[in-house]
Amino acid sequence: MGETSINFAKASSAALQDQQLRGNFRRAMDGLMSKRAVQFADTAEWNGVRTLGASVRLRALSKLPELLEKLEANCTKNGIQVHWASTIDEANAIVLSIMQRVNAKLVVKGKSMVSEEMHLNAFLEKHGIESLESDLGEYIVQLDEAMPSHIIMPAIHMNTKQIAHLFKQKIKEAEYTEDVAQLTDLARRVLRKKFATADVGISGVNMAVAETGTLCLVENEGNGRMSTTVPPVHIAVMGLEKVVEKLEDVPPVISLLTRSATAQPITTYVNMISSPRKEGEKDGPNEIHLVILDNGRSGIYADEELRNTLRCIRCGACMNHCPVYTKVGGHAYQAPYPGPIGSILMPQVEGLEKRGELPHACTMCNACVEICPVKIPIVEIMGRLRSEAVHPGDAVRGAGSHASKAEAMVWKGWSMTYASPLAYQFATALLAKLGNAAPTSLPLLKEWTNVRAKPRFANRTLHALAREKGIPDV
Amino acid sequence: MSESRNAILGKLRAGRDAHPLTPPESDFAVLRNKRWDGAERLERIKRMMEAVHTEFLETTEADWPADVQAFLKAQGTRNLLFGPATEAGGRLSAEWAEGGPELIPYADRVETFKERLFDGIDAGITTTLGAIADTGSLIVWPTPEEPRLMSLVPHMHLALLRADALYDTFWQAMTENRWADGMPTNALLISGPSKTADIEQTLAYGVHGPKRLVVVIIR
Ligand code: SF4
Repeated sequence: MGETSINFAKASSAALQDQQLRGNFRRAMDGLMSKRAVQFADTAEWNGVRTLGASVRLRALSKLPELLEKLEANCTKNGIQVHWASTIDEANAIVLSIMQRVNAKLVVKGKSMVSEEMHLNAFLEKHGIESLESDLGEYIVQLDEAMPSHIIMPAIHMNTKQIAHLFKQKIKEAEYTEDVAQLTDLARRVLRKKFATADVGISGVNMAVAETGTLCLVENEGNGRMSTTVPPVHIAVMGLEKVVEKLEDVPPVISLLTRSATAQPITTYVNMISSPRKEGEKDGPNEIHLVILDNGRSGIYADEELRNTLRCIRCGACMNHCPVYTKVGGHAYQAPYPGPIGSILMPQVEGLEKRGELPHACTMCNACVEICPVKIPIVEIMGRLRSEAVHPGDAVRGAGSHASKAEAMVWKGWSMTYASPLAYQFATALLAKLGNAAPTSLPLLKEWTNVRAKPRFANRTLHALAREKGIPDV
Repeated sequence: MSESRNAILGKLRAGRDAHPLTPPESDFAVLRNKRWDGAERLERIKRMMEAVHTEFLETTEADWPADVQAFLKAQGTRNLLFGPATEAGGRLSAEWAEGGPELIPYADRVETFKERLFDGIDAGITTTLGAIADTGSLIVWPTPEEPRLMSLVPHMHLALLRADALYDTFWQAMTENRWADGMPTNALLISGPSKTADIEQTLAYGVHGPKRLVVVIIR
């Protein structure tokens, strides 16, 4: 992965011009927000389960290395083979070596954000293995050769008409229809054949239970169950933060996850997998592999404040409620994780050189913090990353990479002016007289006035007005 | 890649030890206090599951095999996949009357049965370990006698639920029955037929799993 900076500003201003896209997002997000609110209408219950959920995640983080060892021991005892990967290259290599050993040609995938982080599909295609997304939203996005625009609803940026055209164009047996039931049924027919013939199934993990060596997956479609049951080999990929200590920690987290994500009391399926096919069992994979991925997470973990990023249960609620995300959509972030969580996670995973712009994609309105089911202080971390980006340090990769001499000088001048009453009076008096004459083409002013009117300076300062009213200066 | 293993764990340990974290106590009272009385539980389960298109068939211990057969016949179902070695399976084959639908045992390993399973089966029937009032969910633990795909691949899934095997919450079901002492290969909660809202937030049923879920309540 190169270190070239990703241009969020440019992509988002393009997205803002796209009325169709904005309409698609606005409708979807409004629906999600109001439905979620109904799920958590009982405030006492919400507070109780949220506090419990946050404690479960914090307890897991407090014992993270021990729990991962325990998870590994229990999975191994159950017959699940555990692999560790420091980087996405390592994780991809592990997956590939399993595939090559079983001579896999076709892979069916359940939805997994970590596999998006790994760019696994592209990697497998490069090695001659067909990797097919089976979650309907992911399938649509894959047919469109695009990226998911939301971590829960990957194809939320498209409307039915666009999907109807896409299916007609990309699926051989497709007749043009805008009937959602028929489109869904078409995908069912196409993908069932693939489930039946796939050599390997890949899934993510919503939670891994250290106590029992159990992988938990939540889903509505059944494609996750298909991918983890029908093919002879199942490979699960997870970020190392996904572990919880006890089995009883699962219910509160699932309850928060499904209600926050799609406003359902529970998903259609909660799938708990603890071992490959045992002696005498008639179906299920013969092999299960669990790949535990670090990819920068251990670095995030080392910092007391940034560590909170790892509490995330990937519910996507912060996206749905974010005034920036809901306007520009997921693609502008050009990242597997968009929205508020993406804006704090991506810079930490991929470095501030590349992702330094994202912490600025935030109005600091705090909406995400208020609805985050595990109480992540997203906005504080956003502020911290802004500051890391301009101060050399070792907490985050690429710290200091966005430092600019001009900006530093402006702030220095600003603080000197504000520290001295004389300098302050002089500066404000000067702006009152000459501010309005400043041309909009001045460097910093230009960016501001590009899309906004130039602020008008009052011709008398506030101090002067106050003095007139008899209010003393000090 | 044990090098990576040790590097990752070493880094995590160093990070944690430099800044240990004291988590707040986990207070499960919010789950413990979720209670419904006997009759309310079943009503709630029905209401919640019906809201996501689950169907219900009320019957009795004596009549359920005949009632299931009559129901499937009326639906025009061609065949029913069942586990012959379970007690329920024994009753189905003993009490199944002439005239269809055809009873198909899941008796072989999936490798020899896959084509038939994916292509020619209309319905599958399984037992359950009960249901959960809080969320309207069935508890299903597949076994060698009732394999995992029975509740997934057939277009219709029938699930036998005893009207007295009800729990308040998922948490209650797993703690009371001490699931943590030994999890099965696969444990499931099933709360409706397969569904999706991935096309413009419009709900559609039967995307990859069963299109219909019929809960057979046995009183
Ligand atoms: S940061 Fe919070 S709200 Fe956002 S996805 Fe993670 S858990 Fe959900």
